[in-house]
Amino acid sequence: MLAFTIRRLGQSLFVLVVMAFLVFLGVYAIGNPIELLVNPQADDVERARATAALGLDKPFLEQFGIFIARAAGGDLGRSFVYNIPAIQLILDKLPATLELAAVAMVLAIALGIPLGLLAGLKPHSFIGRSIMAGSILGFSLPTFWVGLVLIMLFSVQLGWLPPNGRGETVLLLGVPVSFLTLDGLAHLAMPALNLALFKLSLLIRLTRAGTREALLQDYVKFARAKGLGPGRVIGVHVLKNILIPIVTVIGLELGSVIAFAIVTESIFAWPGSGKLLIDSINQLDRPVIVAYLLVTVTMFIVINFVVDVLYSLLDPRVRLGTVAAH
Amino acid sequence: MTASAALLEVDGLRMHFFTKAGVVKAVDDVSFRVERGRILGLVGESGSGKSMTGYSIMGLVDAPGRIVAGRITLNGVDLATLDDAAWRKLRGNRVAMIFQDPMMTLNPVLRIDTQMVEAVRAHHDVSRASALERCREALARVGIPSPDERLRNYPHQFSGGMRQRVAIAIALINKPDLIIADEPTTALDVTIQGQILFEMQRLCRETGTGLIWITHDLSVISGLADDVCVMYAGRIVEAGPVDDVLDRPMHPYTRGLLDSVPSRNTPGRPLAQIRGMTPSLLALPEGCAFRERCARAVDECRVAPATRVPAAGRALRCVNPVA
Amino acid sequence: MRVATAESPPPAARAAGAESPWRRFAAEFFEARLAVLGLALLVALIAVAIAAPLVSPQNPYDLAQLDVLDSKLPPGEHSSTTGKTYWLGTDDQGRDMLSGIFYGLRISLAVGVASTVIALALGLVLGLAAAYFGGWVDAAIMRIADIQLSFPAILIALILLAVLGQGIDKIIAALVTVQWAYYARTVRSSALVERQKEYVEAAKVLALSQRRIVFRHLLPNCLPPLIVVATVQVAHAISLEATLSFLGLGLPITEPSLGLLIANGFQYLLSGKYWISFYPGLALLLTIVAINLVADQLRDILNPRLKK
Repeated sequence: MLAFTIRRLGQSLFVLVVMAFLVFLGVYAIGNPIELLVNPQADDVERARATAALGLDKPFLEQFGIFIARAAGGDLGRSFVYNIPAIQLILDKLPATLELAAVAMVLAIALGIPLGLLAGLKPHSFIGRSIMAGSILGFSLPTFWVGLVLIMLFSVQLGWLPPNGRGETVLLLGVPVSFLTLDGLAHLAMPALNLALFKLSLLIRLTRAGTREALLQDYVKFARAKGLGPGRVIGVHVLKNILIPIVTVIGLELGSVIAFAIVTESIFAWPGSGKLLIDSINQLDRPVIVAYLLVTVTMFIVINFVVDVLYSLLDPRVRLGTVAAH
Repeated sequence: MTASAALLEVDGLRMHFFTKAGVVKAVDDVSFRVERGRILGLVGESGSGKSMTGYSIMGLVDAPGRIVAGRITLNGVDLATLDDAAWRKLRGNRVAMIFQDPMMTLNPVLRIDTQMVEAVRAHHDVSRASALERCREALARVGIPSPDERLRNYPHQFSGGMRQRVAIAIALINKPDLIIADEPTTALDVTIQGQILFEMQRLCRETGTGLIWITHDLSVISGLADDVCVMYAGRIVEAGPVDDVLDRPMHPYTRGLLDSVPSRNTPGRPLAQIRGMTPSLLALPEGCAFRERCARAVDECRVAPATRVPAAGRALRCVNPVA
Repeated sequence: MRVATAESPPPAARAAGAESPWRRFAAEFFEARLAVLGLALLVALIAVAIAAPLVSPQNPYDLAQLDVLDSKLPPGEHSSTTGKTYWLGTDDQGRDMLSGIFYGLRISLAVGVASTVIALALGLVLGLAAAYFGGWVDAAIMRIADIQLSFPAILIALILLAVLGQGIDKIIAALVTVQWAYYARTVRSSALVERQKEYVEAAKVLALSQRRIVFRHLLPNCLPPLIVVATVQVAHAISLEATLSFLGLGLPITEPSLGLLIANGFQYLLSGKYWISFYPGLALLLTIVAINLVADQLRDILNPRLKK
């Protein structure tokens, strides 16, 4: 177990360095580094000064070394637009994004697994087929279009929910969160639902497929042969088996939810890091783009690593190994 | 003579699968009895309907299969009258089943104690501690050492033979009247097989539990069972006390099965076999299902033979028997 | 008592004898009404897209045909100059929405299909190479694919476009980059399974050239799962392109796809002029749903595990 963890940790670090290198390559080799890191409005004198200051006249690998060193220390440049360190900008906006992502994930799981289970248990019934049809719809609809429709319906037509922005926040452990206020929830409702839709459909389909396969297994017949009621057979025997792959998928999808939040945040003007990214791209605030990339990549690698470890913990066959004793 | 009514009576059981390709008569007019403490062997090749008979008795037939006719009586109770709740009280309690591959029948992600305790607590309102005590006893009875440690293990941590013993322990834990064992030793080594057979026989004699042993292997039956039913294409073609049937088989199929067991042939000569192949249950020939492979087939075989009683305690579906 | 000779064993119980695999495939496909519906819808959409200049009431990108006085008219209104009906309304420049949708459909489909085909070709080559050569070639290709697949497509595409800029070729490049790994992985696993099979050994023994082995033997057996993946991926590509265009990073304004049309109309949403965004969105939705319906049925048919 320990060996496994260390190995995965090593792999993760390797990927991190590779990604950092690729980002660096993208910035310094493909793009014009001076354009990227210096304010586009700077004149030639300033550019020369910036070049020297940023070490852009040094050899490539040395620059990469400096870049890594600075990054490890948390210095990823300053935003052109706001003139504060890029990393601070991103960390300021991150809680909003994480809150949105977390609420969306919770929604998707709380609705997706029960609905998928139901669809798997009664695949040919009306409700089973409706759930599947619904999931195809949820899967196919482009996220931004759903957001559009939601706004049309709930804000313009019905006037129930606010179409953009984040609601009132309160501090929870020093971090501002909005789901604890009513106003916050009203603002969270549509974006979270919008973001959750795709994952919800995915989970429904996964759970349904897993349930259908599980029901064909012998251990279900054996459980029934023991006289166990359907509640226990499904709630314990089937559920525990299908949860393992589902948990893995959820873990991996968490990263994807954070990425998709970019779109949702743009539609609903949710003040998170995704909106920051789009604004930065449009405003050519390059240091923020680079910083966002690195933060996100790091988050992903960490998430993947944690999921791997969790999976090995959950599946007793992986955790304990096969010890065939007599 | 019959002071005790039979433990299990199956009478004219028919179970069909209604598939898109047609109706499959998996069990076609099967009748037999099992007495308390007696062991019945149900022999046949795959597709003969033997496992399906077992499932029918347990009430575990799933769509697209359905029991269409016949009566199953356990301890005098007609099982067709039972609703879901009554079935659940019966399964694992008065009648239990052991399946072929214990790796697949034990849930791989649940601990052994979980799977054993739930079998107890489904039928008895006892504390977990007291249920665990019963589990330890059951494991000891099937010869598994250090039960406390073993209870905390997962199925993949056992060897094949041990897993099957656990499955047997679970079957026995509520002291059922009848156990149905569906090819429980097919997936195991021959030596383990011998051990398990011996244990099962002993346990049944000791506890007076009836046992139906389903297998394709005649040699297993000869050492274990008291009575035997030979099945082919969903029907019982021959039945009777095991020594009787194996020494003096009457049905050509039974004869063919016995002849094809390697030890019975003189070494150096080609192995005898029953020519032809088992017909698909979707396209059975008219009349006797064995007709097209039988060296003794006559014109009368085109009409499905009814079950006759050619001698005391024997049953036979054949118009041109061997003996 | 006569002893009749036993007859030969009965024929196998196949009700209809030997059917051609295509006919059986078609039969299974058309079993699901939804899939047929999807297919019909898809054919209709493709037809409209290809024939856009012919079926559109107006060429929305020919400035001479536009009348800015007709801008932001709701659906069903008539043009003040030509008297034609704007079935789905007009946008802020006076362009007929219906025509805009037809032309936009063209671009969306073209970009989606083109990027899928290129990604498929690339993934096929790399996947086959990885499976056939094994060793470090395999490890290298798969490592890259794995790393790429562990990041969400939208992120990769966004960054690529941020670096590369706008343009139809750049968006196709981004879409290809995002997609090739799926194909490579699918092809590789199919090819690995096939490679173990004996006919490859036989072919090697016969000293057939490597190219021949790969193309004539490995390839045809890897195709079914690939077809399923490709179909779904077209829908993903279209959806992704629409999202990127919506965010302002995709196609330039002179070649609007459905995504860009939706983006244009977004600002008018809150003032009640929903049709400028809504109908292009509906068209996009129908396209993706149609493709997914067809792909679902294809997957069910071609999946051996569900064949019980």
